[in-house]
Parts: sequence; structure tokens; C-alpha cells
Amino acid sequence: MKKFLIPLVLFLVVAGFLAVGLGLNPREVPSPLINKPAPAFSLPLLDAPEQKLSAQDLRGKVWVLNVWASWCVACRVEHPLLVEFAKMGVVPMYGLNYKDKRGDAIGWLNKFGDPYTRSMSDTEGLVGIDFGVYGVPETFVIDKEGVIRFKQIGPVTPEVLRDTIIPLVRKLGA
Amino acid sequence: MLERSLMRWQCLRAPLLACMLALAAVGSSAKEAVPMSNDPALEARVLKIAEELRCLVCQNETIAASQADLAVDLRKQIRLKLAAGESQQQILDFMVVRYGDFVLYRPPLKASTVLLWLGPFVLLVVAALLMALNIRRRRRGVLAQEWSQEQARRARALLGEGEGPA
Repeated sequence: MKKFLIPLVLFLVVAGFLAVGLGLNPREVPSPLINKPAPAFSLPLLDAPEQKLSAQDLRGKVWVLNVWASWCVACRVEHPLLVEFAKMGVVPMYGLNYKDKRGDAIGWLNKFGDPYTRSMSDTEGLVGIDFGVYGVPETFVIDKEGVIRFKQIGPVTPEVLRDTIIPLVRKLGA
Repeated sequence: MLERSLMRWQCLRAPLLACMLALAAVGSSAKEAVPMSNDPALEARVLKIAEELRCLVCQNETIAASQADLAVDLRKQIRLKLAAGESQQQILDFMVVRYGDFVLYRPPLKASTVLLWLGPFVLLVVAALLMALNIRRRRRGVLAQEWSQEQARRARALLGEGEGPA
């Protein structure tokens, strides 16, 4: 009996680790930016490049930053949900148009709908780097003090929106 | 027959392709970093730092080796920062602030990474202890074994020595 006990326990331990590992998404690397101030930026608006929007302008309100691009296939997946979300009017959502061409981006919004309060052009992807973006689409929730409170890597799902983003935004007092 | 060999080819194709890709990667590693500036010394320093950093898009590649868009951008950042006189440590810190310890191929030893650094050694020690215990127990078992006269006689018989069993 004892002969089988040790291998059995070892097997269960290894199986346990593997089971947990299988459930994790290796692409979701916890961001060190959570609960840190959002990086400063000042970017031209997508629809009015002569105007700039900065992090400072958004101080004092809760807002959502959604990183998107017209070349991003997964963005297309989450986009209808974002359009619906914008209609609810819970929180202003700003778009960070990441490494995109202006014409392509505007065409994309005309075709699929524009859920953004405003979109900014991050043509070089430098603000994206400051936000630690590595898999578009990404979505951030930023509070009144300009602190990042939540980050979603990859498309926002209805569950994430319903169970995490909307309650968080309400809690933060949007 | 033809169908069968076709099927076999199908089965082999994936690993074959993987091998070919791997070979291609080895073959192309010489040109992995197309120099972006005319300064080979700067380029060498860029690569040295980029090799310490993991590409988050294709997670088993360094930023030096990856052709992902982000890796190209980050190499550019490293180049700019080196040119601006920043140290290797400053650049690594810049990356960690944005992407976390995960970007470092050699993460620092701290509370959250202790298991990562010491785990293998702990496992090694535990395994060695278990093995030592096991060997000792077996040796003791062998020495403690006492044979009856009957058993000894049968063993000798089996080995072809002395008289056979009655």
C-alpha cells in the first residue's frame, strides 16, 4: 500500500500543477501598471489631427481606454460589443488607434460604427509601449486620479464587460 | 497504397515543416538583426540588451530574434535610448515598468520569483534524499534476509552447484 502511496501523491501533485497551468492563459501577463498612474501622453485626435488630447485633459473622470487598429482582426470581434456598450453611456471610452493609417482607421469606424468619445492616433506606437500594450485589442479602466485600475488583454467579452468593467466603473463613480 | 503513403506524408508533414522552419530560423539567424544604424558598435549593444528581453508577442523568442512588430519597435527604443546615453540597467528598468518581470529572461530574485529560482534545486535535494533513503532501505533489507537451509539448497541447485533437490 505504502509502495503506491508516494507515486500516487507525486502524480496528484504534478497533475494538480498541470491542471492549473492548463487553465491559465499564457498570453495574459499581469500588467505591472495596475494601480499605477497611467502614463502621460499627448496625442493628435484621429478625426482632427491639429487638436491634441492629453492624459491631463481626462483627469477627474473615470474613463476607458480601448487600444484598437483597423488591421487588428480581434478588434473586429469585440467591436459590436463596444458599440453596444457605448450606447449604454456608462462611461466615456477613448480609443487609442495603435500603429494605424489615419484613412484606414476612419474608414473602419465608418464601416463598423464609432463607439469612442474620441480616438487618438498613436501612429508610432510609442504611447502603446508606455501602456505596455503587446496584444491589440487591450482595454484599460482609469479612475479619476488617473490611476489604471483594470486591464483586459485581447477582446473584451460580454462576461468581462458585465462582471468586471461595468461594476468597476460604477464603483469608481463614473 | 497510395492513399496510405499519402496519409503517412500527412502525419509527417507537421513535424517536417517544424524542422524545416527551425532550420530556416537557424539559417536566417545571421541576418536577424538588420542593422538599423551605421554604427556596428551601437548595434551590438542593442542586440546584447535585446537578447535579455522576452518578446511578449511570441513569448519564447527574445526581442533580438523576434520579427514581431512590437519587437522591432522595442529594438528601435533600445537603439534610441542607447544613443541618448542611457545605461543597460536604465533600459531594462524601462521595459520592466511597462511589461513586468516577465520581459526579463533572467528575472530578479525576489519573493514572487523565489520558487522559480530555487524550485529546481529544492526538487533535486528532495529527489536525492529520497534516493538515498531508498538505497539504504534496500541494502538493509538484503543484509537482513536470512535463508533457511532449504532455500539455500534450492538456490545452489538452480545455480548448478552441489546436489539437486531431493
